[in-house]
Amino acid sequence: MKLERTIAPEFKAVGQIELIRPEQIDLDNGCKIFCFNSGDQDLVRIEWIFGNLHFDPAKPLMNVAVNTMLTDGTSKLSAAQIADKIDFYGAFLQVDYGYDHSQVVLYTLTRHLAATLPVMKDIITDSVFPEKELATFIRNQQQKLQVSLQKNDIIARRKFNKAVYGNTIYGLGAELDDYKTLHREDMLEHFKQMYQPSNCTILVSGKIEQSTLDQLKEAFGKEWSNYSIKAATSQPELKPAPDHFYFVEKPDALQSAIRMGLPSINRTHPDFPALQVMNTVLGGYFGSRLMANIREDKGYTYGIGSGFSSLSKGGAFFIATEVGADVCKAAVNEIEKEINILKTVLVPEGELSLVRNYMLGSLLGSLENIFSHADKFKNIYFFGLDYDYYDRYTEVVKSISAVDVMQMAKKYLDTDNFYKVIVGKY
Amino acid sequence: MVKFNRFTLNNGLRVIVHEDHTTPMAVLNILYDVGARDEDPDKTGFAHLFEHLMFGGSINIPQYDEPLQRVGGENNAFTTNDITNYYITLPASNIETAFWLESDRMLSLAFSEKSLEVQRNVVIEEFKQRYLNQPYGDVWLKLRPLVYKKHPYKWATIGKEIKHIEDARIGDVKAFFKKHYNPQNAIMVVGGNITTEQAKQLAEKWFGPIPAGEKYLRDLPQEPVQQEERRLTVTAKVPLNDVYIAFHMPGRLDEGYYETDLISDILSRGNSSRLYKTLVKDKQLFSEIHAYNMGSFDKGMFVVEGKPLENVSIEMAEAAIWEELEIIKNQLVPADELTKVKNKTESTMVFSEMSLLDKAMNLAQFELFGDADKLNHETDKYLAVTAEQIQKQAKEIFRKENSSTLIYLAA
Repeated sequence: MKLERTIAPEFKAVGQIELIRPEQIDLDNGCKIFCFNSGDQDLVRIEWIFGNLHFDPAKPLMNVAVNTMLTDGTSKLSAAQIADKIDFYGAFLQVDYGYDHSQVVLYTLTRHLAATLPVMKDIITDSVFPEKELATFIRNQQQKLQVSLQKNDIIARRKFNKAVYGNTIYGLGAELDDYKTLHREDMLEHFKQMYQPSNCTILVSGKIEQSTLDQLKEAFGKEWSNYSIKAATSQPELKPAPDHFYFVEKPDALQSAIRMGLPSINRTHPDFPALQVMNTVLGGYFGSRLMANIREDKGYTYGIGSGFSSLSKGGAFFIATEVGADVCKAAVNEIEKEINILKTVLVPEGELSLVRNYMLGSLLGSLENIFSHADKFKNIYFFGLDYDYYDRYTEVVKSISAVDVMQMAKKYLDTDNFYKVIVGKY
Repeated sequence: MVKFNRFTLNNGLRVIVHEDHTTPMAVLNILYDVGARDEDPDKTGFAHLFEHLMFGGSINIPQYDEPLQRVGGENNAFTTNDITNYYITLPASNIETAFWLESDRMLSLAFSEKSLEVQRNVVIEEFKQRYLNQPYGDVWLKLRPLVYKKHPYKWATIGKEIKHIEDARIGDVKAFFKKHYNPQNAIMVVGGNITTEQAKQLAEKWFGPIPAGEKYLRDLPQEPVQQEERRLTVTAKVPLNDVYIAFHMPGRLDEGYYETDLISDILSRGNSSRLYKTLVKDKQLFSEIHAYNMGSFDKGMFVVEGKPLENVSIEMAEAAIWEELEIIKNQLVPADELTKVKNKTESTMVFSEMSLLDKAMNLAQFELFGDADKLNHETDKYLAVTAEQIQKQAKEIFRKENSSTLIYLAA
């Protein structure tokens, strides 16, 4: 029989997606532990996650600096000793600052946990931010910032965030002078308030033995007390700027960075899953309309995409790209044209079913290993959602109609209210 | 330990199957044994441009991405100086779609003029975005020709200049396809929730009928041993000075490679590494400093790169780097420090087994090196390295007459 190469093989729709749910342990000091156990490999990831403290515009870098400098010394260990101990056991220690939460992460072979955990305990409960290290930190960060500020896409993102989020923790784009507001005493106080048990969530994923849990409970339970002041983690409301257009001219630019969008809803809103489908059609995957038009048809760019930032105090919709400086206006026109089409013409069924399958396959594929299951949990837990969020999400992806997609575009892509940032030539 | 089965089709296509039934997903990875090093010196950037064209439709399937997305799959590809690698991940129940798509573009592309025209533009924008419109972005365009005088590593995968991309014609595309894209020059890895029997049946069905094509025999100009110290200073609109010192080092399969790789870890991996501790923290001369090896298949490049602080002269910065290199040449690495970098290598290997795609790509690469099973002995190779061997290798590499220094001055 001749092989028929022009016709695609039969395919199956993605079935039920099973998420691994954690086992929860509540410690007496208010710290919560969530365990995702899977014994496939002899390794474990532990994340200590803390809510950021209330943003103070007079000391804007406090949350990020305290987090970044957690590896720079405790009352017992110097920065060098911390690095030596972690590296010696082949472990990886990361600090990650995020808009809402900051975290400390340890990756280690399970058999080296006993050796590395005491270092983690030291860092999380007893960091001291040595003056000398602080001076080094400030100087090196200032140097890195100077390089970042030469990058058009980074400038565009900073301008955009400042515009849609206002003078808040989300809108922060550090300036060189902001580093002058960092003082050791403030950082110590910030550390004590933020890095305390009642503001801490621990996620353990990988091969978890009873002894692992016992060590964790010991180090971060009984031996760890709350500070006298409760962590103030509430953030002020977002204050989008009145100006909607920002142009930073770079006369020598070969490309212009474009970033546009507007404040929007976050994951807790019932429309969020439908909005994700709409976004995927527009700019959320390689076959999206923005990519198909602006890259694959016009060749204006190497890449273009759109997305939603979901934050605890709201969120934003954005489209971002870097295009040839000579075609910047044309690219902006095409972007607006695509948004308009989405608002006025129903998505053809063929395209919608493709996007449905793509999104479900993508969700299934994102569950690569036990770490991914823990990541899925984080996405809901810190928004006060339950696992039924994923049931709703898959249900919406499977059943959404072209009319719904158009409604979402009309309701959430109000181009009259778009913020638009261009860095380069326009 | 990554287990696998292996078979070869009559047309020469090597197939490796890695069964992993813990995931509902599958991957199909195809490595073509062609990279930027195989390009004509007047048509550089072509292997990479060609990679883009592989998504522009094949002989029987006008659109590559769409049917894959329709079955819940994703794909991408990358080109290096040595290889071109394409991969698909998708729900395992739809794996046949991946065989269908990949076999058709191995059979023949559609060679569409429109696709060529658009992808030329896309790649030119990529050239600008990554190499020209970034501070320090063009460093590889300057450093490679300083380090390599004969070997085609003297140009970057993106190409020597934009003009080479602009000049690409459909005839070039067809010739390149014929020369490099056939079963004999490819290695396919199928991984995930699939059995070897299934994979064999699908491979025979979709790839079996593809003509074997001609085997490409690589015969590249070899890089002569460097005899003299090389220097280049450029001034550019960048905020900070930057120092690059590059050395020739053994190729991926040559003796001394593992030693050299561990040297880069000793110097620069993590906050306990020598360059960071000494030059960033203790002496406070650099804001950042890195040492790395490019992992090239042929004679490779070992790079030390650092941005000195504003009050530090280029001479001081260079002297400080050399001082560290002299230490590793003249003193045996202490046992603890050697254990440390070996432990890190070992745990990195274990963590890489968390990713199905990483496993598939690694199997393909080691099969290209002669045997996919070498992947499972990689850690042992590192563990066997002694302090004496490291010292010997450091002496071999870190010599002025084996160095090419590029100074980037802030205008």
